[in-house]
Amino acid sequence: MSTSLGRRRLLALSPLLVAGGAGIGFWRMLHGMSGGSFDPHDVDAPVLNKPVPSFDLPAQAPGRGFSAAELSGLRAPVLVNFFASWCVPCVVEMPALLALPSMLGRPLPVWGIAYKDRTEDASGFLQRSGNPYTRIAADCDGRTAIDWGVSGVPESFLIRPGGIVAWHTAGPLSSGMVTEELGPALRRIGA
Amino acid sequence: MLSAILSPELGRFALALSCCLASMQFALPLLGAARRRPGLMRSASGFAAAQLLALVVAFACLVVAAATDDFSVANVAENSAVLKPMLYKITGVWGNHEGSTLLWCLILAACGGAVAAFGRGLPDALRARVIAVLGGTAAGFELFCLFTSDPFDRAWPAPPDGQGMNPLLQDPGLAFHPPILYAGYVGFAVPFAFAVAALLEGRVDAAWGRWVRPWTVAAWSFLSAGIALGSWWSYYVLGWGGYWFWDPVENASLLPWLCGTALLHSAIVVEKREALKIWTVLLAIATFSLSLSGTFLVRSGILNSVHSFANDPARGVFILMLLALVIGGSLALFAWRAPVLAAGGLFAPFSREGSLVLNNVLLCSVAAVVLTGTMYPPFMSLLRGQAISVGAPFFNETAVPLAVPLLAAMAAGPLLPWKRARMRPLLRRLRVPGALAAAVLALGAWGLQGVMPVLAAALGVWVICGAVADIAGRVGWRRDPRTLPRRLRLLPRAALGAALAHAGAGVSVLGLAGMSQASHRIVEARPGDSITVGGDRWVLRGVADVAGPNYDARVATLDVYRGHRLVAVLHPSRRHFPAQDQTTGEVAIHTNLISDLYAVLGDEHPERGTVVLRLHRNPLAPWIWLGALLMALGGALSLSDRRIRVGAPTPARSRSRELRTPALEAAAAE
Repeated sequence: MSTSLGRRRLLALSPLLVAGGAGIGFWRMLHGMSGGSFDPHDVDAPVLNKPVPSFDLPAQAPGRGFSAAELSGLRAPVLVNFFASWCVPCVVEMPALLALPSMLGRPLPVWGIAYKDRTEDASGFLQRSGNPYTRIAADCDGRTAIDWGVSGVPESFLIRPGGIVAWHTAGPLSSGMVTEELGPALRRIGA
Repeated sequence: MLSAILSPELGRFALALSCCLASMQFALPLLGAARRRPGLMRSASGFAAAQLLALVVAFACLVVAAATDDFSVANVAENSAVLKPMLYKITGVWGNHEGSTLLWCLILAACGGAVAAFGRGLPDALRARVIAVLGGTAAGFELFCLFTSDPFDRAWPAPPDGQGMNPLLQDPGLAFHPPILYAGYVGFAVPFAFAVAALLEGRVDAAWGRWVRPWTVAAWSFLSAGIALGSWWSYYVLGWGGYWFWDPVENASLLPWLCGTALLHSAIVVEKREALKIWTVLLAIATFSLSLSGTFLVRSGILNSVHSFANDPARGVFILMLLALVIGGSLALFAWRAPVLAAGGLFAPFSREGSLVLNNVLLCSVAAVVLTGTMYPPFMSLLRGQAISVGAPFFNETAVPLAVPLLAAMAAGPLLPWKRARMRPLLRRLRVPGALAAAVLALGAWGLQGVMPVLAAALGVWVICGAVADIAGRVGWRRDPRTLPRRLRLLPRAALGAALAHAGAGVSVLGLAGMSQASHRIVEARPGDSITVGGDRWVLRGVADVAGPNYDARVATLDVYRGHRLVAVLHPSRRHFPAQDQTTGEVAIHTNLISDLYAVLGDEHPERGTVVLRLHRNPLAPWIWLGALLMALGGALSLSDRRIRVGAPTPARSRSRELRTPALEAAAAE
């Protein structure tokens, strides 16, 4: 046999070491969960109540791209929505996004950011599912999403005039969420 | 009457009793095997049977409590209600954490019982050790059930009615999903026990490979069917039109399946060629470890998932200690004993063994990729304090390139001879599959959108034709066609089963290719409107109120025309469950096995007199699950093989000796 016994011992030991490392990690997580320092379900955006992080994204057909400066320069609130053609919950939330003005009883422009998507896939998706977006930017490599603290698509951020993130939700928007959370958030910022 | 006998207290007692019996089942046979005491070794079967019986009683008590609406039992009060249909009262027993843990224990005990019943041909020491390891594992989970998730806890004062069940779970498909899935997960405990027993004995040989394989095939078939059922459920209940979301819970079931598939194939090499022995032992341990960690980590709340069980970190700590004992213990034993196991035979890289090694390398790589993607978010969050998610693009970009060579090699592998293969005969036998796959590639490039779907379609046809070529070659299709049925019958069932399972994988891949061409539209429609999706014309006839047993529904009626012919009438609906104040969408699906028409009813806008409809046309969608069903059937067919049932030569000899002894005595008496 070409492998010596010593090497075989080391090889045979490696699964135990890997499992042990994972076990210690899990133990720390559980410890943190009971102490409140670790919460995997806490996907609150780090940008909440802060100015939008700087970015400048190219256009995604059929819309026009936008930058952080344009968001901050607005006089009215706007909803920024991260979506992707490969994301099934994005299809689910599309009716809610399309019906946003009628549910809120007031206009609220939605600016979309296509997250890690091929441009032709994203435009095809908007053609099939409907296009609720006033402007659409492409975040092909997902860098902007990282700065925003996006934990998955879809995610929506309400931006108040001046470019401050006023409200945030991770997951698909539903009609209930629009009337019970987004509406009050809009009223809170007094716009 | 029944509820007076099978009371929750009796249930708890039976659970505690089964835990005691399982501890004995662990300790005594191991002691017997170490000291070579036949009496102690044989006690294993008795303990396994007794433990199974005790758990059957415990489970029956919980079912009776749920069926008779005994809301003094906290678990029933939290998950059931008077108005719930009887089927879901019974199946709801395993729809929650406590009940499903009890079901888990019951299936583990059934595995022990099955080894005791069907493993009579095993050598005494090996059988004793296998049953003992199963007993030790069972004792741990029964303790977990007793201490942290007791399904028999009483609630005081008892509420007049229960809180009811999540309406999403009230579905016949999901009702039988957990038992089948758990049979798969827990079934891998048997190969695990065989691996630990082999490490204890310090011997792995061809006979071991032969014994471990049927158990692996059985567990694998159940797991395949369970995963398919879960995926089908999410397709027709969640109503998103998707079938696989790379959700942590789904990945937790996929990981043992990938590892178990690798185990299934490497055990063949152990059986036929006595090679890959240490690797197979490690795979057996890894498969069950992944089953265990998957199901239980999901419940500790570490993984962020759409499927949620109640989270309780204290419960998580208990689970983790249990996992450390079972997984850490077996891996420590592996580190200690595996290096001194005798190494196996050598073989040429281009051979049946070589192709099975390739299968193992690729399957384990896919498993490693899926594991990384699943565990990355919690570990990143722990180490860097960053919340990130790993989505479908990661898995599609990493797992798919590994699946392509896997499928490509899948057709060729079974056609290769053992020890050393030659390229020319292989190419000759792959002529027809290759030509057909190339034809599909050309047709697909013309008719399908995207590179991957074309490749998937070609690979699916390639794998199915490879399986057919395998059987055709074995049966000698060129010879006399009149004796063909007889020759087909004489073919080993294991070979037929393997070919069927391979063809099933091909069918699933074709289904995936078809689904990638799905089309859908979201529209706001008035009654009478017509909508065109993927060549079909859908007409909304109207929306009406319908009352159900424990819900009120709004049901839409849609006529689908292809040309001028009415092909289907669909009734998608939205159900409101007043007990939980929850609304669920009921998808309407019409299938002709070639494509699915799939309709979802969305929000209504009474002020405009419109409803939102989501209409899909999903080509070949049913093939995804049909293929998985074929895989499971292939496993079952291979289990019915006579060679597996007859067993190895050793037990035959001992049994004939037993048979001979009374005859000799009778002869002596004359």
